[in-house]
Amino acid sequence: MILGELNQLRDREIQSRKKITLRCCMAAGCVSSNSKGVFEALQKAVAESGLGNEVEVRGVGCMRLCCEGPLVSVNQDGAEDSLHVRVTSENAASILAYLKGGKARTTRVDAGMPFFKKQMSIVLSNSGIIDPERIESYIAVGGYSALHEALHEMTPAEVVSMMVQSGLRGRGGAGFPTGLKWDTVAKSPGVAKYVICNADEGDPGAFMDRSVLESDPHRVLEGMSIAAYAVGASQGFIYVRAEYPLAIARLQQAIKQSKQFGLLGAGIFDSQFCFNIDIRIGAGAFVCGEETALMASVEGKRGTPRPRPPFPAESGLWGYPTLINNVETFANVAPICRHGAAWFASIGTARSKGTKVFALAGKIKNTGLIEVPMGTTLRTIVEDMGGGAPEGGRIKAVQTGGPSGGCIPVEHLDTPVDYDSLSQLGSIMGSGGMIVMDDGTSMVEIARYFMEFCMDESCGKCIPCRAGTVQMHRLLDRIARGQATAAHLARLEELCEMVKSTSLCGLGQTAPNPTLSTLRFFRGEYEALLQPEMPGNEECLAGVSGQVS
Amino acid sequence: MAAKTLTINGRQISAAEGSTVLKAAEEAGVEIPSLCHLDGVYDVGACRLCLVEVKGASRLLPACTTVISEGMEVQTGTERLIKYRRMTLELLFAERNHVCSVCVADGHCELQTLAYSLGMDHVRFDYLFPKWDVDNTHSLFGMDHNRCILCTRCVRVCWHIEGAGTKNVSGRGGQSKIITDLNAAWGKSDSCTSCGKCVQSCPTGALFYKGSTVGEMVRDRSKLEFIVNAREKKLWVYQD
Repeated sequence: MILGELNQLRDREIQSRKKITLRCCMAAGCVSSNSKGVFEALQKAVAESGLGNEVEVRGVGCMRLCCEGPLVSVNQDGAEDSLHVRVTSENAASILAYLKGGKARTTRVDAGMPFFKKQMSIVLSNSGIIDPERIESYIAVGGYSALHEALHEMTPAEVVSMMVQSGLRGRGGAGFPTGLKWDTVAKSPGVAKYVICNADEGDPGAFMDRSVLESDPHRVLEGMSIAAYAVGASQGFIYVRAEYPLAIARLQQAIKQSKQFGLLGAGIFDSQFCFNIDIRIGAGAFVCGEETALMASVEGKRGTPRPRPPFPAESGLWGYPTLINNVETFANVAPICRHGAAWFASIGTARSKGTKVFALAGKIKNTGLIEVPMGTTLRTIVEDMGGGAPEGGRIKAVQTGGPSGGCIPVEHLDTPVDYDSLSQLGSIMGSGGMIVMDDGTSMVEIARYFMEFCMDESCGKCIPCRAGTVQMHRLLDRIARGQATAAHLARLEELCEMVKSTSLCGLGQTAPNPTLSTLRFFRGEYEALLQPEMPGNEECLAGVSGQVS
Repeated sequence: MAAKTLTINGRQISAAEGSTVLKAAEEAGVEIPSLCHLDGVYDVGACRLCLVEVKGASRLLPACTTVISEGMEVQTGTERLIKYRRMTLELLFAERNHVCSVCVADGHCELQTLAYSLGMDHVRFDYLFPKWDVDNTHSLFGMDHNRCILCTRCVRVCWHIEGAGTKNVSGRGGQSKIITDLNAAWGKSDSCTSCGKCVQSCPTGALFYKGSTVGEMVRDRSKLEFIVNAREKKLWVYQD
């Protein structure tokens, strides 16, 4: 593949476009409500009506308003005409009647509603537009031109410095500066180096990375290739969880196509650069999202973390320098390359640049996928875009960061979403799960739920996490059942602090966060459940002390 | 090899470059408690008992895997560390069924000794009283999972000293369990060489020689050390 061929492919794909495109969502959310049936019904209807020359039915990735799926978007002459929601295989054909001036039997939503209008697309710019199963569709929107530019017009050091200047921070949750990480790997000596994409998205309620992989897999491959060129790696791995079969299938398809087109393999774009990507499928352990555990798993070992340092950038996969980034981080690379670091750095806040994708879920009217510039307030996200609580409810808190994060109470809804503001409130940006809770939600129950999750997902290697989560869960359970005293609560807090300070990896270190943050903002709910400490209340106090044997 | 100077508990000491904080402290006569560390096998930093405070580090660091550096200032026994260590031991005692008075290792148990020395006289957490079995199928050794603290010393000596790869860990979290082969009965294991290194390495009474009764299970760690260092010191070579 050379640039001329790439441009030829792009032009041919653009020329083959028809006047009208019916885009049907084929991401996991809509597929689960039978969008495949809708897609087939649309194809059949187009064939029967003889509009085959004018209308294209295209399977696309996520169109974001997941709660209203299956979604079909009608585009005429390159502009969005209407968005049809909850389409069924029975009423899909009526969309064609609508095109001919008739009446559609489907429900339409306003594509200008705040849910869509307040979004800003960088990572999701192709999501819902291109066909994720065809590389030509990605090339038509400028795909792989960033890789060509990096290989032919930039040195690896220039690519790294561009990433540093962009101010991009890791989207996996911790927010480590991406450019600095790339720089460290590039400068670490090693006869081999690796690039890993962490697609082991495990937080309950989070589906950003899945959507990116299902909607635009080539974007991730391109980002990884640019990263590999920058750090000097020739082999990449995508570690994706087995629970994402569709994402895996699309990735496999994308890798196969890239190899066919010479965009992976030896001598990419007629350069010296060689790079291959293999997929590793996780076996269902949440802890394998932790980078050292993930690498152990890729190596074929038991997926348990190890102490850092050494960091993967110095000694990672099989002891070689390894760059490990999250799906969304890699998805930002090609746009930065195309539009420049200064463009990216102009979006967002002083210390958090670019956009962030969130999976909006919970007690809210519009659930789905959103991408907003950093610094957007939680109120904008929850009230304007999310449409607030469903009838009769009042929003009480927003949970970010999953089992490692915290609950932000409604009083703090004006907080801008960026790494620093969220951590000041005892939560974290996390990978992008955002669960809205209304006043019917018990915060003690939430804390107990997340603690149970961490207890089940602890790998068992270090004692504070393995045994501590069990005891914290018991204490939370006791409080929730109304069988605890103030002494139990004090013990819980003591244990939270100890597990946070002493655990080996991020899972244990952050497992107390949901408990600590609900205690910080909703302490009254815990105290209301406590029993008085008095003689004769032995049932409550059972298990408080025991002589050592 | 160059030496590095560092401060442990306010006292200046020097140690060989590349040593761990644990080793440097030991040489200087400062004892740092640990359960998963075993001389001669690589460290995993899992028991979290050897955590120390290092000036300038944002987190507590495990002494067994932290390499010393010039001018490092280490505190090994602050109030906070002692409190965490006691709590770690409490968590261990509550996790499985540790009944010292009927244990083969009573009086020779590292867990018991640490609990005494750190003054852990009560367990404030619920005893879980889980149901674990005892594997007595091996002709020479026994494994009582009730007494296991999952330090993985046995796994490491089996893989990295004996090279048999019999012992392993299955399950996760509190359900983690030391297994032989692919969770077969120990007596049916094809890979076990019956070398007994796992038994020598165990800090508690989980692994024991069959036939030993209460308090009789004494370990000979020097045997392990001999095996680990013998080749380097040319002790295998017959000398007359």
